[in-house]
Amino acid sequence: MTTGSGNKSGIAVSGAGGDVRTEYVVRARDVVKEFKMGNEVVRALKGISLDIRRGEYISIMGPSGSGKSTFFNMIGGIDRPNSGSIFIADSDIAQLGESEMAFLRCHNIGYIFQSYNLLTTMTALENVQLPTIFAGMPAEEGTIRAMEILERVGLGHRLHNKPSQLSGGQQQRVAIARSLANRPSIVLADEPTANLDAKTGKEIIGLLRELNKEEGVTIISATHDPRMLDVSDRVVWVNDGMIDRVENRENIEIRLSSVDDDGH
Amino acid sequence: MSVATNTGGTSGGRKEKIYSQPQLPWKKSIQFALGSIKVRFWRSMITAGGVALGIAFLASVLTSQAIAGQVDAAEEARTRWLIGLSLLVCAVGITNAMLMSVSERFREIGTMKCLGALDAFVVRIFMIESVLTGVLASTIGWLVGMGAIVLVKLIAGVPKEAPAGTVWYGSLDGGDILRSFLFCIPVGALLSAIATYIPARQAASIPPAAALRIDV
Repeated sequence: MTTGSGNKSGIAVSGAGGDVRTEYVVRARDVVKEFKMGNEVVRALKGISLDIRRGEYISIMGPSGSGKSTFFNMIGGIDRPNSGSIFIADSDIAQLGESEMAFLRCHNIGYIFQSYNLLTTMTALENVQLPTIFAGMPAEEGTIRAMEILERVGLGHRLHNKPSQLSGGQQQRVAIARSLANRPSIVLADEPTANLDAKTGKEIIGLLRELNKEEGVTIISATHDPRMLDVSDRVVWVNDGMIDRVENRENIEIRLSSVDDDGH
Repeated sequence: MSVATNTGGTSGGRKEKIYSQPQLPWKKSIQFALGSIKVRFWRSMITAGGVALGIAFLASVLTSQAIAGQVDAAEEARTRWLIGLSLLVCAVGITNAMLMSVSERFREIGTMKCLGALDAFVVRIFMIESVLTGVLASTIGWLVGMGAIVLVKLIAGVPKEAPAGTVWYGSLDGGDILRSFLFCIPVGALLSAIATYIPARQAASIPPAAALRIDV
């Protein structure tokens, strides 16, 4: 039930139950985004439409400058389109004020970044607990929650380390734990393996896939990493501000057999 | 144990409700700001160096005045003018330092907004930080400014005649010290707060995507 007064009852999440599988967590309709570069207006997105199902693992691919990142930011609720509409968790983000957007980002979406973006002044535990503080969760409960997820991502022994004392892979694990702190329905991963070596990158991809399968959280990832395609349910290719093509898992696997793992 | 699974929400076509994000209580904000100052102590002290210098000057003038005792109206006006100018220069300096220190933290701001921080929360953190460092810096500046003058007078043996030819007949008593303290510290804190407000307000209102994109 979502009409309760507390926040938590409103943050419905996933459950990979059959009855909700057809639900869409993100719906984008004719999304256009323009940037002003000096006197010129650059159309980064020229009218993109895409529906993303609950529990899906979806990769957005495309060369730099294709509008991939812009589109990614739009469906992640951290940027707004010039025209077109985006629904995240059934809410038209154009209708949401600043405070409601903050609520959406806090409760419904988890973010994972290429450069981790952990707060360097805080320990792993504090970093993971931070979103629960913004959500208004009592401190003790938040600490327990943060410890629980850090344990889940395999960092139960590094709770009190600062990011500078952790390896890249460990920092990304903290970031993944942080993204899940408020049990979001969507996790956005922006090039999550780009700063990691091949082996660590693989572990991170494996972890994301596991969380996707086990917790039913929808994962949307912008990436260059071919191994990411391997685990994706769908791959969306963006080029020149448009969706070039959308491939399902079956087609990807055929293509991948001819792609060598070059460690990137 | 399953971590990200919610116990609720088994019904089919449920709609996820979006509420207004609550503002964090002051206690949390202050904790946050204190942590931030602690970690960046020397960096914030450099930023606050401008405040310390301005207040040191102010304190030294006030102390000199107290020691000199009575001053004529022209002298008084000149001193006011001098103090005003120096504080103005100091304010410009701190604003610049604050702009730098805020833009160094764009990424942090963008990240916090992604995690659910309100613009107002970001601004509040910066304001608390700036007032606290302002108070600390002006206390240091006040001690230095007053101390320097007292030291100079002691070494010089408090001459009977001041440079301008007037006679020294005042003395620095507890009342003077208290008045000077109560004037200098709020002025320093206020300067620091004014200098921070605009950069912080501006940085907080940048959409998170843009804030994360900016590399300084």
